[in-house]
Amino acid sequence: MTVNATTNEHVDLLIIGAGPAGMAAALAAAPRGLSIALLDDNPLPGGQIWRDGPNAQVPKQAQDMRGRLQGFSNIRLHSGCKVVALAGAKRLLLEDAERGWVLSYDSLILCTGARERLLPFPGWTLPGVTGAGGLQALIKGGLQVKDERIVIAGTGPLLLASSATAQKHGAEVVRVAEQASLSAVAGFAAGLWRWPNKAIQAITLASAAYRTSAHVLTALGTDRLEGVRIQVGDKIEELACERLACGFSLVPNVEIAQALGCTVRDQAVVVDEWQATRLPDHFAAGECTGFGGSELALVEGRIAGLVAVGERETARGLWAERLRWQGFADRLNTAFSLNPALKTLAAPETLVCRCEDVRYADLAGHGSWTGAKLATRCGMGACQGRICGTAAQTLFGWEPPLLRPPFSPARISTLACLDEGESV
Amino acid sequence: MPELSIDGQPFRFAQGTTVAAALMSSGDRCSRTSVSGQRRAPLCGMGICQECRVSIDGLRRLACQTICRDGMRIETQP
Repeated sequence: MTVNATTNEHVDLLIIGAGPAGMAAALAAAPRGLSIALLDDNPLPGGQIWRDGPNAQVPKQAQDMRGRLQGFSNIRLHSGCKVVALAGAKRLLLEDAERGWVLSYDSLILCTGARERLLPFPGWTLPGVTGAGGLQALIKGGLQVKDERIVIAGTGPLLLASSATAQKHGAEVVRVAEQASLSAVAGFAAGLWRWPNKAIQAITLASAAYRTSAHVLTALGTDRLEGVRIQVGDKIEELACERLACGFSLVPNVEIAQALGCTVRDQAVVVDEWQATRLPDHFAAGECTGFGGSELALVEGRIAGLVAVGERETARGLWAERLRWQGFADRLNTAFSLNPALKTLAAPETLVCRCEDVRYADLAGHGSWTGAKLATRCGMGACQGRICGTAAQTLFGWEPPLLRPPFSPARISTLACLDEGESV
Repeated sequence: MPELSIDGQPFRFAQGTTVAAALMSSGDRCSRTSVSGQRRAPLCGMGICQECRVSIDGLRRLACQTICRDGMRIETQP
């Protein structure tokens, strides 16, 4: 098969992910005038934290950055666009709503962000159960929650952010269940004076429904969520609710980095002080290099963007700022580490793989992800194990597999853009 | 107010609404039926879990990463 000329494009710098890190990288690199493509699979730039929509209020900083991106004619934003496969050295197969094409690049910055860790528990497949950040994203995207009773459970500051969004849109948040202990959360909060804007955020997000050492046990209901059973300290409570939003911290999206051959350690892309991966001309910044919040993502993105265009000295001037926000990230990750009790929430009949409907009992006897996959089809559905592979890593300690192309479901016409010998 | 159809039923939406938000406000508020027959609704809201995959104007799309447009035809998986 030969490649049609219209299915090829070349850029000097490709940035995957248009969240804070990707936007900052593009803006830092753009003044040098080289051609930049900024890709994101969402319909609008901003990533998860600056997600726009009918119910979203995008912060001024994000609006300013979006405006500045539009001001650079050498930055091309490809929204609603996903990476389907590798297509040879420094070439990627892409797809958007209209077409598939191969894009080649000289340098690449991965800003693929993070996703929520979703853990299985009885009833978690019921309609009415979403991720915690998931609920926030859906509300920003126009979901009406007025007068609904909502329980939010899991771990991390995202629970309070999600709660604040739900309350602002008229929901009654009846419980926020944080699995970490009061001493862990209080110790974290007490250290926030070092990052004053974070301390202010923490105060504005505070909720009377907040409980520590609390975690979900069961989502109740037959066809749809009707209530939740929660462990709070040594007591069990049952609450009626229309929605349950659960998120157990974030996990970096490392699949494309791994497929390219970058080193991944502790579920994060490994980079050096220049945000460079082990591959020449391949950089990574933001949450895909480890969860740390938008401020850290912004400074990492700026460093990566500058280094990618050869401005190392300017980049070096940002190292102190990066170190400061890395300190915040380290505290965050220590304070909200997962209680081992969360690994035992699933009952034998609880589905772990939601795509192939594989039960916990069918997985538990296996010794590895690959063994379980071959015997049960877990991780072989549309999400390719992004949900259940991450859950199995937490529950069983199984190393998640290398993602196989296509990295996400794609059209046949897109796959046909590949050259002969570049089989997916 | 612009309008689209979900499984043949008209649905009016505010500009900028995602198809996932529309699905969760219409019909049985679900997006698909799982291989063992469970009804499922959007879960992650950010393009990872694939629970919200539906047919939009004949193409398979993720509802949470698609913005509603006037006249769109959305079919959920029964």
